[in-house]
Amino acid sequence: MTATDRRPRDRTDRPAPAPRTGLGARLGDLAMGVRFAVTGGREGWARTLLTALGVGLGVTLLLAAASVPHLLQSREDRGRARTPADAAQTVHRADNTLLTATADTVFRGDTVHGTLLHPDGARPPAPPGVRDVPGPGEMVVSPALRELLASPQGKLLRDRLDDRITGTIGDAGLVGPGELTYYAGSDTLTTEAGAHRVASFGARSEAEPLDPVLFVLLLVACVVLLTPVALFIATAVRFGGERRDRRLAALRLIGADARTTRWIAAGEALFGAVCGLVAGAGLFLLGRQFIGAVTVWEVNAFPADLTPVPALAALIAVAVPLAAVAVTLFALRGVTIEPLGVVRNAVTRRRRMWWRLPLPVAGLGILLLAGEFQQQDEAAPPFMIASGTVLVLLGIALLLPWAVEASAARLRGGPVPWQLATRRLQLSSGGAARAVSGITVAVAGAIALQMVFAAIQGDFMKITGQDGRRAQLNLSLPTADVSTTRQMISDFRKTEGVRAIIAGIEADAARPGPRRTGEPFVPRTQFTVGDCPSLREMARIGSCRDGDVFVVHDSTGMVDDAYIGQTARPGKQVIFNLDSRTDEPDGPPRLWTVPKTARTVDSRKDPAGETRFGIFATPAAVDTGLLAAPVARAMVRTDPRVPDAAEYVRNTAARIDPLMSVDTLQNLQRDKNYASVRTGLLIASAATMALIAASMLVSMVEQLRERRRLLSVLVAFGTRRATLGWSVLWQTALPVGLGLALAVAGGSGLGVALLRLVGKSDPDWSVLWPPVATGAGLVLLVTLVSLPPLWRMMRPDGLRTE
Amino acid sequence: MTPEGSILSGEGLHKHYGRTPALDGADFSIHPGEVVAVLGPSGSGKSTLLHCLAGIVRPDSGSVRYDGRELTTLPDAERSALRRRDFGFVFQFGQLVPELTCLENVALPLRLNGAKRKAAEATAREWLARLEVDDVHGKRPGEISGGQGQRVAVARALAGHPRVLFADEPTGALDSLNGERVMTLLADAARDTHAAVVLVTHESRVAAYSDREVTVRDGRVKEPLAGL
Amino acid sequence: MSIGHTLLGLLESGPRHGYDLKRAFDEHFGQDRPLHYGQVYSTMSRLLKNGLVEVDGIEAGAGPERKRYAITDAGVTDVAQWLHRPEKPEPYLQSTLYTKVVLALLTGRDAAELLDTQRTEHLRLMRGLTERKRKGDLADQLICDHALFHLEADLRWLELTAARLDKLAQAVNA
Repeated sequence: MTATDRRPRDRTDRPAPAPRTGLGARLGDLAMGVRFAVTGGREGWARTLLTALGVGLGVTLLLAAASVPHLLQSREDRGRARTPADAAQTVHRADNTLLTATADTVFRGDTVHGTLLHPDGARPPAPPGVRDVPGPGEMVVSPALRELLASPQGKLLRDRLDDRITGTIGDAGLVGPGELTYYAGSDTLTTEAGAHRVASFGARSEAEPLDPVLFVLLLVACVVLLTPVALFIATAVRFGGERRDRRLAALRLIGADARTTRWIAAGEALFGAVCGLVAGAGLFLLGRQFIGAVTVWEVNAFPADLTPVPALAALIAVAVPLAAVAVTLFALRGVTIEPLGVVRNAVTRRRRMWWRLPLPVAGLGILLLAGEFQQQDEAAPPFMIASGTVLVLLGIALLLPWAVEASAARLRGGPVPWQLATRRLQLSSGGAARAVSGITVAVAGAIALQMVFAAIQGDFMKITGQDGRRAQLNLSLPTADVSTTRQMISDFRKTEGVRAIIAGIEADAARPGPRRTGEPFVPRTQFTVGDCPSLREMARIGSCRDGDVFVVHDSTGMVDDAYIGQTARPGKQVIFNLDSRTDEPDGPPRLWTVPKTARTVDSRKDPAGETRFGIFATPAAVDTGLLAAPVARAMVRTDPRVPDAAEYVRNTAARIDPLMSVDTLQNLQRDKNYASVRTGLLIASAATMALIAASMLVSMVEQLRERRRLLSVLVAFGTRRATLGWSVLWQTALPVGLGLALAVAGGSGLGVALLRLVGKSDPDWSVLWPPVATGAGLVLLVTLVSLPPLWRMMRPDGLRTE
Repeated sequence: MTPEGSILSGEGLHKHYGRTPALDGADFSIHPGEVVAVLGPSGSGKSTLLHCLAGIVRPDSGSVRYDGRELTTLPDAERSALRRRDFGFVFQFGQLVPELTCLENVALPLRLNGAKRKAAEATAREWLARLEVDDVHGKRPGEISGGQGQRVAVARALAGHPRVLFADEPTGALDSLNGERVMTLLADAARDTHAAVVLVTHESRVAAYSDREVTVRDGRVKEPLAGL
Repeated sequence: MSIGHTLLGLLESGPRHGYDLKRAFDEHFGQDRPLHYGQVYSTMSRLLKNGLVEVDGIEAGAGPERKRYAITDAGVTDVAQWLHRPEKPEPYLQSTLYTKVVLALLTGRDAAELLDTQRTEHLRLMRGLTERKRKGDLADQLICDHALFHLEADLRWLELTAARLDKLAQAVNA
């Protein structure tokens, strides 16, 4: 190692330095590798660039992941800061208090956060981001809402939120830049109508600790998503390795020893990784400027929210270059760089299973052990979950090369493309397995997570019993007298896009007279007034004319049916104003006779999923003035041909009372958190897989370029393009197929272990397919995208030796 | 005008790579069973001539006729099919598929032509024996010597009984003895199968295996002066 | 090698007297063996007799009078025929071939063609040797190989010369 201490072009004769040993020598070699990367001409730069790009992408993802804690924290902080302070004791009306009430609404599926403010005096507290509390008829809005309201698409919403816009909510008052939020002034808000009196904003309550199940899931998700990224980075530092090895062989020729060349190679990789680190940081900083424009499952963030946790950022900055050096040294372990060429030991040294298998087994063991903790009602230690998961996933990644080699060795014959592909794998399966290991880990992780998700989805999703076909919206009408309620219903009926209103005015009816012996209380039941079509949605009434009365029995057995019969007796009276606490009439008895003609019918679940029962009367049959404390309920059936029907209904509701809630009826209700975590996982794993596909593509194109001459020769033979295309497909599909098989095995093993951790059994095996299908789709994609370079390289140029 | 009785001929072939002319009005013809050496200095356009004649490269202008058919206007798929069926190729190096065994390499063109694996490999075995390399069947190209590899390549080129064999510096990477042997085997086998051989070389000892030679200089083909 | 043809060729570029011819010959071809005066005059008289050169004039001056020779049309034809006629391939041809190449260059003829022609002749012989080798026993093979290698060496030299024709042309025409 004399001449190698100089730059290749530096031919000045210096005395050969004494052979160095130890750390200094290794550092010197590394430095020289860096110099080679810098001065290596076009090829050196191309390689560095490729590595830097790959590592950069990976680092960007890592930094984004490292920012998640800060992102969540700052979102939560801002969310809490604007929550009306919940004081321990009642706040008394003062100059510096105000009344608030939530007036959220939904516009075309997007939630619009609304708060009504009614100052008690001259110095009301302002919510964060709001300078002056808006007066009656005024509102301040978030930038996103302002934009929406000003746009033609927002016209319908503007009709609903028609207050004068007097200001914009600052960033401090928003959880994310894309949030739709408004504060509107009011002078009619009262505590009776559901408002709260507060003296300040900012909830002091501690954040709810994360559900341990969700915590386990998040932890595993991080590991699952980041392990492939780590693998990707490991692959990226090996980009262009074969050509580099040939260059290193030239170094051996001028006297560098094998160890020196390895460290020089590591130096080159180090330089690429450091460039990648810089590129990744740049990409991250650039990318986060645009983060505000991205809204994923109702979450978006300000650029400043996306700040990596310093310790994690430091870890990335140190670990990535170190990993580059380690990976290169490890990769070159099986390669002998001789002065006249590169000898790969891939064929001579078969991969062994014995040291690979213990890893996933140990990982599963740790997880099962952690499960034992869980069984004993102790929280499973996070590090056990994380390390167990990492071990299983890494174990799968390590098993893959062995599996690919072992199975490729057994393949024989077949058509030409298949033969080309299998023989290629037999000769050197390492590269293919490396590229695929990322996919395998991602799919295995995704399978495990999806299994857990499927198993716990019952916890997060409930069948509401609502029937979205019979009615689409549920209205909670404010308490009012019957005539006002009727007016409201008619307003809704006249609203555009409304086909029908299923409305009922409900009250109590009881048997007149005192309690009889043996009775714990006087029998009573529900009394509902509604038109025939509405009643038909609540009971199986058959024919119906205004003036009819029905006694509705519950057919489901949910309700104590006897009381209905004892109260609603055709030809006998019921009393409306019997106080349920005293069983005494509240004032002069309001009595009404159940007509003899009243028919007894069965109940039916209403569109909101509730069972209605008791006495049903049509409007002409009863004077609603008799009813005590009537409550109105209404459901709306909209016209499917009017896409904005729901918005028109909400507008009508807002006109009647901004606090009126309009809910969508749906058959299933998912927990928002659950849904968002699941969506996030899907998106993240798709991104990871895309990254892996990119690295597979690079490897494939690199391999094709190395075989340029051979491809030209095959073309000269008259080989069909399809033949080579298929062989490329098989060459990718075979390892990926094996990888997916391993992923299914490992992933379901991991899934079962994790299920135990969250205390579930009964895995849902159907969740295996989507990740597997995604992986298979990637193979196709990679093949398709490598076809154009393949066609290009099949041109006869490769035959020219000049 | 196709020279009388020729199986393959090129006329007025022009080919440019970028701005560099590789062929500048080259003419060539070969008869069935004839071995023609194409001589000339490096960069004179020998290989380009071979590529044009074999239908690998489409010339910018000029015509290539094979067996009465014009190759230059034939679509790529048909030219590929023709190369599979009627032509054989030997190059200087790097032509064996490294992951296939030698036997599979020789069987490859036959299989590309639709032969069954068993039948193709049986034929391949015969040709390996004929070229005196029947001991390398199961080995991969990386595990045999250059001379053996070139014999495998010749076996592969001839196994499909091509009517025209294109050999581009077939002994370029071999020592004298191996080169001689490969050329002897190639020439004998070609004569036995009555294949025409277009032999591009810069070595006169290799060219001496031909029936006649032409020289390519500056993209044009010089025939030896008549009567000499 | 033919001194007569060489001198004829030198005369193609213009009439010279004997002393001039010797100097020109030595400059181009006499690296190993300079030409004797006697050879010049005996050759010239032979060429005169064959009508390939003629006496262009006699220079009188200080010292001996000098005959100036010029090439005749018949002489030009003779040079052309000689240049185009390939030499019988045999060992150690290079001096003749070299002379021919230089003369071709000096007289503005196509030296490349000359080389191609010579190669054809060589190859013809090599083909015969190769054929004999293929049919013969080991002794035949060895003998043929010896001849083949020599011929090949000549041809290689020819190729090399051909590749350097431009430089050579510059040198001889300088």
